[in-house]
Amino acid sequence: MVNLIWASMAIIGIVYAMFNGTMEEVNLALFESADDAVTLSIGLISVLVFWLGLMRVAEKAGLLKQLTRLFKPLVIRLFPEIPKDHPAMGYILSNFTANLFGLGNAATPMGIKAMEQMKVLSGSDKASRSMITFLVINTSSLTLIPSTVIAIRMQYNSIAPTEIVGTTIMATLVTSIAAVTVDRLFYYRRVSKSKK
Amino acid sequence: MSIITTASTWIIPCIILLVLLVATWKKLPTYEIFVEGGKEGIKMAVSLLPFLLGMMVSISIFRGSGAMDAMINFMSPFLSVVGVPSEIVPLSMIRPISGTAALGMTTELIKTYGPDSFIGRLASTMQGSTDTTLYILTVYFGAVGIRRMGDALKVGLIADFIGIIASIVIVSIVFAP
Repeated sequence: MVNLIWASMAIIGIVYAMFNGTMEEVNLALFESADDAVTLSIGLISVLVFWLGLMRVAEKAGLLKQLTRLFKPLVIRLFPEIPKDHPAMGYILSNFTANLFGLGNAATPMGIKAMEQMKVLSGSDKASRSMITFLVINTSSLTLIPSTVIAIRMQYNSIAPTEIVGTTIMATLVTSIAAVTVDRLFYYRRVSKSKK
Repeated sequence: MSIITTASTWIIPCIILLVLLVATWKKLPTYEIFVEGGKEGIKMAVSLLPFLLGMMVSISIFRGSGAMDAMINFMSPFLSVVGVPSEIVPLSMIRPISGTAALGMTTELIKTYGPDSFIGRLASTMQGSTDTTLYILTVYFGAVGIRRMGDALKVGLIADFIGIIASIVIVSIVFAP
């Protein structure tokens, strides 16, 4: 899918330029943007190194564990099919908190372990209710601080690179609530269907 | 709405303060841990390079040729009725499919329209507020061998759609002139 979109943008662009006499602009855009991308990636190092370093400190200081404890009562209610002290619950919580801190690399292994445990619980190769809820929350993104976006805004001389943190958190919240709500609606629909 | 923009500038320094206070209180070698974790940032930035470059070149060909403007002009009469800026459509379409591709598009939008423009702020918010639905489902279901995904894809895409609408509404309200 990405491959198709990626290739067709370039193909359509070049064909369009053939008929509209904008080949000069295409050439210019091509090399300029390649150059930009390199400068940008190097520029991203500053924020990423700082943020990932700080988050490592947060992790070692036990702040993630604290947050896990804080979220537990809420998360238990989201997964009624998982027993409260089942290992799956622990992995789900670790995955959520790692995501909140923007530690994607730590979140993925935890998430996979959570999925394995949920598969043990359901014992089938069909996606269980808990799995769907878990993944849908993950796809709605839980990131608190969008560090990469802030870094890009800095690179393009934003006067307030972090001003989008508030709107991002609000939008994330709305998306997550929407995801959980839609997930519940679909679940009730499945239940009522199987009754008939 | 200045509360939200003020909170935005306060939140990061406050997180730094909290983290360093707690870590120092617990007598951790903060600086050494920081350096260790920071190394990952270099790897991450370098591994992003080919993704960003590929996507940015392709989009800039599309934009430079004038095809992007033609598409935007074609779509905007329909989309402006419901208040959706058509510049954002390509980004919202690729966001659930590929995270790095979306990052490339966000970057291109920020570069073209400016980080502090409406489009720049909207792209920034959208990039941060949803995740790559297709990638997440493939990785997690694939890792544990689940073949029947059930409603996961449908629910994920509906949530993405709501997220895009929410981003537009929130950015319009918070950064209202």
